[in-house]
Amino acid sequence: MLIEIQDLCYTYGEGTVYEVMALDHVNLKIGEGEFIGVIGHTGSGKSTLIQHLNGLIKPTSGRILFEGKDIWEEGYDRRSLRTHVGLVFQYPENQLFETDVLTDVMFGPKNEGLTKEECEQRAKMALRQVGISEDLYKVSPFELSGGQKRRVAVAGVLAMDPEVLILDEPTAGLDPGGRNELLNQIKYLRDKRGITVILVSHSMEDMAVYANRLIVVHEGKIAYDDTPRNVFTHHRELEKMGLSAPQITYVMHDLKARGLEVDTRALTVNEAARSILMALSLRKSMKTAEAQEKQD
Amino acid sequence: MGEITLGQYYPTNSILHRLDPRVKFLGTLVYIVALFLVRGPVGYAVCAAALISMIVLSKVPFRYVLKSLKPVVLIMAVTMLFNLLLTPGEVLWRFWIFKITEEGIRMAAKMGIRLVFLVSGSSIMTLTTTPNALTDAMERLFGFLKIIHVPVHEIAMMMSIALRFIPILTEETDKIKKAQIARGADFETGGFVKRMRAMIPLLVPLFVSAFRRANDLAMAMEARCYHGGAGRTQMKPLRYRKADYIAWAVVAAFLAVCICLSVTGW
Amino acid sequence: MPIIRAEKLGFNYVQYNDENEAPETIKAIRDIDLSIEKGSFVAILGHNGSGKSTLAKQMNALLMPTSGTMWVDGIDTAGEDELWKVRQKAGMVFQNPDNQIIGTVVDEDVAFGPENLGMPTDDIWTRVDDALSKVGMLGFRDRSPNRLSGGQKQRVAIAGVVAMHPECIVLDEPTAMLDPNGRREVLEVARELNRKEGVTVILITHYMEEVIYADHVYVMDLGKIVMEGTPREVFSRVDELKALKLTVPQVTELAYELKKAGVKIPDGIITPEELVEALCAIR
Repeated sequence: MLIEIQDLCYTYGEGTVYEVMALDHVNLKIGEGEFIGVIGHTGSGKSTLIQHLNGLIKPTSGRILFEGKDIWEEGYDRRSLRTHVGLVFQYPENQLFETDVLTDVMFGPKNEGLTKEECEQRAKMALRQVGISEDLYKVSPFELSGGQKRRVAVAGVLAMDPEVLILDEPTAGLDPGGRNELLNQIKYLRDKRGITVILVSHSMEDMAVYANRLIVVHEGKIAYDDTPRNVFTHHRELEKMGLSAPQITYVMHDLKARGLEVDTRALTVNEAARSILMALSLRKSMKTAEAQEKQD
Repeated sequence: MGEITLGQYYPTNSILHRLDPRVKFLGTLVYIVALFLVRGPVGYAVCAAALISMIVLSKVPFRYVLKSLKPVVLIMAVTMLFNLLLTPGEVLWRFWIFKITEEGIRMAAKMGIRLVFLVSGSSIMTLTTTPNALTDAMERLFGFLKIIHVPVHEIAMMMSIALRFIPILTEETDKIKKAQIARGADFETGGFVKRMRAMIPLLVPLFVSAFRRANDLAMAMEARCYHGGAGRTQMKPLRYRKADYIAWAVVAAFLAVCICLSVTGW
Repeated sequence: MPIIRAEKLGFNYVQYNDENEAPETIKAIRDIDLSIEKGSFVAILGHNGSGKSTLAKQMNALLMPTSGTMWVDGIDTAGEDELWKVRQKAGMVFQNPDNQIIGTVVDEDVAFGPENLGMPTDDIWTRVDDALSKVGMLGFRDRSPNRLSGGQKQRVAIAGVVAMHPECIVLDEPTAMLDPNGRREVLEVARELNRKEGVTVILITHYMEEVIYADHVYVMDLGKIVMEGTPREVFSRVDELKALKLTVPQVTELAYELKKAGVKIPDGIITPEELVEALCAIR
């Protein structure tokens, strides 16, 4: 197991009036090469959860194991853990600080103590992976467009060559074009480089397309941990948690309720279209058959 | 989280909370002056009585008042130590080049009491007054400075905007710090120069963000027709009520008593 | 009479490069003609950098046209003397909820606008109470804005504008930084103000789901208006929208795919209910 969370609890502001239990006995196992979606409304504890994975927050109780080792054990090197578990925060462009794009992306590898050449090589590779072209390497990160800044910031984490990449709402504030581009690049990283991806998002539609496992966090607990397809069958329960299933799910359920034999578990537009077309032709042939029977 | 540390306003409904901030502000000043006026045990007893009755009236739990002492413990210890060791007088005990005198002990005790009283007294003011009300009070109290062209309104507006944004920027600092730690930054080890250099990845983004916010805010204020203090009215203008006049009388009486005690040296 | 009218509106700004090259003139918006009727709900769509925010700032005289004219309720925004009148008539809500709240207490923030207008204290109180209850935030009046959710903060920002009794409210990507619940809250408030109070609402966004209730939609690209019409008309042009880096809601795309496959359903379906009805109506 790559990452294992055992009985994790975390309490904010312990001993003050504002004490909140953000995580409540969470257990989780994360395997290599997974594409995990984490969903939950604001304040559900999902951000707190992911910050535990690379040792940025110390659990109030419970353990976090990376490759079998407790990351809060005496003498555990949490700085090197962070090169294995890369975390991209919300609005990561807010962390850019260097005079040019390339140097900024080199910050991570430099902290690892790599040589200048290695740092540069890593940075260039990371920038290629997020689709930043070479003519932007020497440009100030502050002069880039919003979408470009975002990708440079993601490259800053990728340059550390992590095995696990955690992204906290990486598409927030991007327009649809920028959103799809970034998500496709992340998917490519996972497919080609075998990076384990943990993606926090509010978009169920994105989860349906990209994630192969969906974790729903609610009130500091894990409410569901299953494939997106299976999680969406609980669309009524999701609504009670202030979440919702993709629009497709609702359409399919309504159609089924109205007597059209469609697959309510369809995830994408294409799947839904195919299922509806099939159901329509089935109904048509049945009707013709009925009509024929009557004639006979 | 930022708000707990800043201004440390404790929201509840007490007589002190409802009092005009100008009374509280000047009342606290009077109390501080009184602390340095009184010399004898009776004087201290009067100040203690004033402090305790204020704490009771404020309905703020005692431990919150104690908490406010925490950041100044070190200063207090140093001050007391200096007074203890460096006051000349009848030597009681000698140690290497230091000597402890009877006067020193008395002085240190006095300083200690004064500081504890001073800090807890002023924290009663900040615990019962929102930072905004305090800013308002200062704008009004120092309004006379407008005559000599001090931009009192603008300064007050700046203060209240600062108060609004300090918690936001504190949170942001925390976020950027975490983001850089996630990229392997190290803020904790190394010598002075290394640590200062390590601050760059934190400070540059913070300044960039602060400037962007300032820019946004200026635009938002303009969009809402802000054009300086001229012609501006207030939703909550400060007005004295009966309780405030009574409070003024109490403050005046307290000051008079303390002056008498100071003169007699009781 | 239209509340907002633009004729051949253009806005250029000059960008200077580091290397002392000749300054570059950037045309943020160009040749925009538009006319927005009083009491309508209008959406302006476009990807980032399409010029939609620049256009929004013209409506509040935060930016002045470099060519053409913009009128707000008949007032030319380029006229300096009526600047405050323009800003009072066309209120503006911005993207980042944190960067537009000035007060440290909710009701004091809402009072900021009326205070600037020099209203008497009693009137400010009535306006603040009224504005807060219209956005459903009256119960939060004594709170610190820092303790509110993103959606609540945006509602406070809207109340701040409502308290100035504007003719129209321009919302410049008000939901871009919010979670789905926050987005819903803000949109509901905007629709409510439009329907019940008759306030003209101009919503600038790149979330396609948000514009389905608009009376009229403008789509911008490269500083120009490239498409306009009712949501239904605009959404029936799925391929064109995709080419503009915009996506349509899932149902619209599904309906479009079905139609392409020969299913007989109407054009530009925008809600799940419509699609279900249309499919069930096929005999």
